[in-house]
Amino acid sequence: MGTIVEQIQGIPLNHYLIFCSVIFAIGVIGVLIRRNVIIIMMSIELMLNSVNLLLAAFSAYHGDASGQVFVFFIMALAAAEVAVGLAIVIMVYRNTKSIDIDSLNKLRW
Amino acid sequence: MIELIWLIPLIPLLGFVVNGLGRNYLPKKLIAIIGCGAVLTSFIISIALFSEVYQDRLAGGDGQIFKNYFDWFTVGNLNVSFSFLIDPLSSIMLLIVTGIGFLIHLYSVSYMSHDDGFGKFFAYLNLFIFFMLLLVLGSNYLIMFIGWEGVGLCSYLLIGFWYKNGSFASAAKKAFVMNRIGDLGFLLAVFFILDTFGSLEFSTVFSQATGMTSGDSTLLLITILLFIGASGKSAQIPLFTWLPDAMAGPTPVSALIHAATMVTAGIYMIARSNILFTLSPITMQLIAVIGIATALVAAFIAITQNDIKKVLAYSTVSQLGYMFLGLGVGAFTGAFFHVITHAFFKALLFLGAGSVIHAMSNEQDMRNMGGLKKALPITYVTMLIGTIAIAGIPPLSGFFSKDEILAHAFFANPVLWGLGLLAAFFTAFYMFRLLYLTFFGKFRGTEAQQSHLHESPWQMTVPLIILAILAIGGGLLNVPEALHGNHWLASFLQPVFADSQAIATPFHLSHETEYILMAVSALAAIAMAIFAYRKYVSNNEIPKADGEETGALYNLSYKKLYIDELYDKVIVQPLNAASRFLYKVVDKSLIDGLVNGIGSFFVFSGKGIRQLQSGYVTFYIFMMVLGVIAIMLYGLLYS
Amino acid sequence: MSIFYFVAFLSIFFALMTIFTKNPVHSVLYLVITFFTFTVHYILLNAQFLAVVNFIVYMGAIMVLFLFVLMLLNLNKDTEPMKSTIVKIMGTVAGMCLLVTFLGAFRVIEVNNEAITPHANIGLVKNLGQVLFKDFLLPFELSSILLLTAMVGAVLLAKKDTNKA
Repeated sequence: MGTIVEQIQGIPLNHYLIFCSVIFAIGVIGVLIRRNVIIIMMSIELMLNSVNLLLAAFSAYHGDASGQVFVFFIMALAAAEVAVGLAIVIMVYRNTKSIDIDSLNKLRW
Repeated sequence: MIELIWLIPLIPLLGFVVNGLGRNYLPKKLIAIIGCGAVLTSFIISIALFSEVYQDRLAGGDGQIFKNYFDWFTVGNLNVSFSFLIDPLSSIMLLIVTGIGFLIHLYSVSYMSHDDGFGKFFAYLNLFIFFMLLLVLGSNYLIMFIGWEGVGLCSYLLIGFWYKNGSFASAAKKAFVMNRIGDLGFLLAVFFILDTFGSLEFSTVFSQATGMTSGDSTLLLITILLFIGASGKSAQIPLFTWLPDAMAGPTPVSALIHAATMVTAGIYMIARSNILFTLSPITMQLIAVIGIATALVAAFIAITQNDIKKVLAYSTVSQLGYMFLGLGVGAFTGAFFHVITHAFFKALLFLGAGSVIHAMSNEQDMRNMGGLKKALPITYVTMLIGTIAIAGIPPLSGFFSKDEILAHAFFANPVLWGLGLLAAFFTAFYMFRLLYLTFFGKFRGTEAQQSHLHESPWQMTVPLIILAILAIGGGLLNVPEALHGNHWLASFLQPVFADSQAIATPFHLSHETEYILMAVSALAAIAMAIFAYRKYVSNNEIPKADGEETGALYNLSYKKLYIDELYDKVIVQPLNAASRFLYKVVDKSLIDGLVNGIGSFFVFSGKGIRQLQSGYVTFYIFMMVLGVIAIMLYGLLYS
Repeated sequence: MSIFYFVAFLSIFFALMTIFTKNPVHSVLYLVITFFTFTVHYILLNAQFLAVVNFIVYMGAIMVLFLFVLMLLNLNKDTEPMKSTIVKIMGTVAGMCLLVTFLGAFRVIEVNNEAITPHANIGLVKNLGQVLFKDFLLPFELSSILLLTAMVGAVLLAKKDTNKA
């Protein structure tokens, strides 16, 4: 383990920021360009994870365990979200035989 | 008595309130008692007040009583108090308003007895008396203006008393609008007075004005505006056409408002402000010219009218023209003297005409009358007296007052006198024409009317008799020196006009000249009386029916010089066209377009913007991303 | 040191694969790989317990749930709805703009560029447990209620509507 930890030393915090931003942006793009509800939810997971990683990086950088605790909470939240979200997807599929997000456009003027 | 001054206007106001509220519940007798009683009480107090003023004058005082009741309002430096001023001028005016007012109230009890609006009528009459008293009593221009507007309102209400008749209602509107034009002049004058003198109190304004130079341009403006106000209220050219139309109202109203009191308010106001007018000779000349022109035009029209009340109405306009002529040549006393005598004989003539109309079952066309002498003896005699008085045959009242004005006119400019004499010719002719057509010859009405002919009840004849006595004796108030009189009225009113007399050229005519002038005018009147007698009694001539071929001059007079048509063409139609333009172009397309445009702008923009609410979640997220970018950019660039 | 860049590259690559693959099942699998690289990142950051939890919960539970649902609905490449090209381009451009804005923001706030020196013990269960049950006790209990509620909700939503049928 020790060697691995040493490996990480010398990575600037800035690089973590950039890396996580890229992942987050990929998540956003995924939400924007896909119509499959499940893939959109997966993109959201991607975004959540990028934030998780950043929190962990800050935690390590500041030597403060709170950041990692936040990650736990986010994970719990993500689990709840996915459970409810997927349940809704199943209901939608049952009713419309489709998981196209654009078919859910009844809520408008 | 001085403590009771406030009761004079208040009692008629109370009468108005009681009658107005109880018009549908109180019995007619009670309404009549309240209505007449209120005015009678005011009259009695006025007599007492007059005697007090008179005593003071005898003792050498100026007869002024000033009563300040409360400060109405104070704005900046302007302080307007609610206060009354009693002086010789207003005390006489009080007597006329309440005295003749009472007689006409009494007359109305019988005249209006069959009318549904009995209570309403008396309420309006009392209200009118209230406002007229306020106008007369006010010690500043603002109180006067309240009364001024109030009598205009009452005039409107009473002309349109039978408002269910459309033409009567429009006559009322016409009167109101014409009065408003004049009132605007008055109001502007009040503002200018305020600006120039810093006060509206008569005493302050006049004492300051005394120090100003003659022909001051501000004074000229003020007096011209005041005169516009007066010409609206007192029916002078060019605002006189409302008065003949005002005959749509009940006859007592015509007698009270449109002959004896309200229409003389303009003269009263100018006489009150005499110092201002004396100091602006241009206005005086204008008043004289307008006065004589009105007198001539109205008399000319009156010659051919067939409606008994229309003749009297034009006669009133003509006599008012005389009064303005008097004011214009500086004969303030003479003009006011004519106001008094005119109030007597014109009220008498109107009430007599009312009596005739009453007897003839509401027939007003003289062509359908005639021979009423026997059926209506009292009316006939009193009307005869009134006619002689107005025609200016001595020794009745009209002769003295008219002669005084004419003498002053001669002194100022013989041409004015000549024109005045011409108007006097006309006056004598149309009045005797009226008398002969109505009371002489054979009856020309229907059988039903003939069987119904009757002398009026005492409530109507008593006022006639009293007024007739006044019309005979009224001239004695101011007998000129040339006739060994003592000019009582002139000396009584002296303090009111003292300042003006100090400035103006003193009036002087030799007694011989005065005798000649009197003789000429008296002879003229008598000659016209005889001429009319030959024409209408001996030759039994009857005015031609409508549509018959008539001479050009006759037609011109009969059609009232086409003045109404002229006003219609010059003012009403362009106004209508302008209104239509404003309605169709400005209002419909511009303003409505603007308002509707704002509405449809939001409708359309709403339609456009709601496309954003597409229901596509992706689109919302896309927008959200853009929003996040925008917010972050803002934070980056501006923090 | 270069391990980080290598793993980061892998993460980005598989993330891109996740969103650009047409077949949803493949997408899920790519996402699983992405999350695996994240686990590696956690280890590199000396957050051992997080790495384990991420491995078990995310990769194991959540992603399997996704896969399970996908297969339940019998979705594959043929039924996949695709957006038009212009929408794709616009979405990509917007995402790129967001990224550029982020990077700009980082430049402005000037993050301390010192290297990370992970503390050896901070990511251990003992350490985390103490923080979690001392400082964050109430949020922890609340999140347990949240999970319970979500479970009930999911069951209620997804079960067949027997009442109406």
